[in-house]
Amino acid sequence: MPDAALLLDKITCTFKSTQGGQSYTAVKEAHVAIAPGEFVSVVGPTGCGKSTLLNVGAGLLSPSSGQVKVFGQVLDGINERAGYMFQGEALLPWRSALDNVTAGLEFAHVPKADAAAQGKVWLKRVGLGGFENRYPHQMSGGMRKRAMLAQTLIRNPDIILMDEPFSALDIQTRQLMENEVLDLWMAQRKAVLFITHDLDEAIAMSDRVVVLSAGPATHPIGDFVIDIPRPRDVAEVRTNARFIELHAAIWDVLREEVLKGYAQQKRA
Amino acid sequence: MRFWQVLILVVIIAAWHFASQNVNFAFFFGKPSDVVQVIWAWFITDGSIYRHLWITLSETVLAFVIGTISGLAFGLWLGLSRGASMLFDPYIKALNSMPRVILAPIFGMWFGLGIWSKVALAVTLVFFIVFFNVYQGVREVSATLLDNARMLGANRKQLLRHVYIPSATSWVFSSLHTSVGLAFVGAVVGEYLGSAAGVGYLILQAEGTLDVNTVFAGIIVLTIFALILDGIVGLVEKRLLVWKPSAGETEKI
Repeated sequence: MPDAALLLDKITCTFKSTQGGQSYTAVKEAHVAIAPGEFVSVVGPTGCGKSTLLNVGAGLLSPSSGQVKVFGQVLDGINERAGYMFQGEALLPWRSALDNVTAGLEFAHVPKADAAAQGKVWLKRVGLGGFENRYPHQMSGGMRKRAMLAQTLIRNPDIILMDEPFSALDIQTRQLMENEVLDLWMAQRKAVLFITHDLDEAIAMSDRVVVLSAGPATHPIGDFVIDIPRPRDVAEVRTNARFIELHAAIWDVLREEVLKGYAQQKRA
Repeated sequence: MRFWQVLILVVIIAAWHFASQNVNFAFFFGKPSDVVQVIWAWFITDGSIYRHLWITLSETVLAFVIGTISGLAFGLWLGLSRGASMLFDPYIKALNSMPRVILAPIFGMWFGLGIWSKVALAVTLVFFIVFFNVYQGVREVSATLLDNARMLGANRKQLLRHVYIPSATSWVFSSLHTSVGLAFVGAVVGEYLGSAAGVGYLILQAEGTLDVNTVFAGIIVLTIFALILDGIVGLVEKRLLVWKPSAGETEKI
C-alpha cells in the first residue's frame, strides 16, 4: 500500500490552561489517514477539536504526542505540501484580489509577470474574472471565499485542508461553491481533508466520512466509505437512495456525540 | 451649514472688535484689526515670518518623521519579541506617564538652542503615540492572517514585510493626525521654552513686551498651519489606505 498523503498517527493535543488550572486534552489518540487523491471529510459536534486536528495536519500546531506523516515523511514545522483554506477571513485586507491570490507565488519568488498571469487564470477559474483590483472589503462573502480558494490552489498543493470553508455562506452560494470545489478536485484529484459540521455536505462531497467523538479527548469513532458514484451534484445527490441510507447510518453515530457535546457546552 | 459656521466666526470677531474699543480690554485681549495688521506685516509688507515659520515647520516635519520611524521600528520589535517587551515594559510605562515637556531644559542643554532641541522634544511626544499604536497593532494581527500567510509559504522576513508591517502601518495612520499635531505642539513649546527663532520664539518675544496683538497673531498663524498639516495628512491617508473600508461606504462599481 502506498504511503498516505497525510497520516495523523495517534495524535494527542493537550493544552495548558492559562489560569494554571487543569490542562485540557482536546484531541486524544486520533488516527486518520488520507490516501493520495482521496477526499475525506471529518464531522463532529461543535467544539470537538476538529480544527485542532486540522492545524496539526497543517503543521501549525505540533501535537503533544503522536506524529504526522506526509507522504511517508515525518512532518516537522509547516506542512509545505498542504494548502489550507481557513474558516474565517484570511485574505490580506491591504492586497487586491489578484495580489492576494498570487501571494503564495510571491512568497516562493515566482517572477511577478508570471505570477500575475497565473493569478488571472485562477481568478477566472473561480469566477472572479474582472475583479482583480477589488480589495477584500469590496467583495461579498462568497467572492472572498472564492479568492481564498484560488489563493490556496494556485500553489498546487498535494494536500488540501479545509476548515468549514463555506459555513459562513448562504445555502445557495454554498452549494454553488461546493460543486465548484468538486469540479476542481475532480480535475486534479488531490488529497483533501475537509472539516465540516454539516453532515449533508460531508456525504455529498467525500469519498470517506470520519466521525469524531464529542470533546474533550476527541477521537474518531466512525469511518464510512461513501460509495456514491461521481461526478455528483451536491444538491441532487441528497435525494439519492444511497445518500439517505448513509446519512441515517452516520447520523446514528453522530447524534449521540452531538447531544453529549451540547450537554457539555450547556454545563460550561 | 457653512453659512452658520462662518456666522459664528463673524459674531465672535465682531464681539471681540467692539469689546476691544475699551482700552483695558484691548490691553489684555488685543484688537482684531491690530492682529490682522501684524499678520499682514508678517506675511506681506516685511515678510519677516517666513524664516520663523520655516524653522517651526522643519522642526515639526523632522520630529514627525524621526518619531514615526523610530516608533514604528520599536513597536515592531517589542511587539514581535515577547521577551524584550516583558523586559522593557515597566520602563516604557514610566517614560510614557512622565510629563515629557519637562525634558525641554535637558534637551536644551544637550542639543543647544538650535532646532535639534525642539526636534528632540517633539520626537518624544510623537514616538510614544506611534509606538503604542504599532505595538498594539502587531499584537492584534489576526492569527488567521498569520497562519494563512505561513501556509502560503511565507518565511519570517516575508511575514514581517507582508503581514506585520502593513497591519502596523494601518495603525500608524490611525494615529497620524494625533502625532502630526503633537509634533507641532512639541516644536512650538520647545521654541517657547528657549530659542532664537521660530513662531514660538516670536510669541515669547511679544509676550515679553506685553504685545498681546502679536501673541494672538502668532496663535492664529499656528492654528492655520496646524489645520493645513492635518489636511495634508488626511490627503495622504486617503491615498495610502484605499484598501480600508470606511464606515457606510457603498460599493463603487
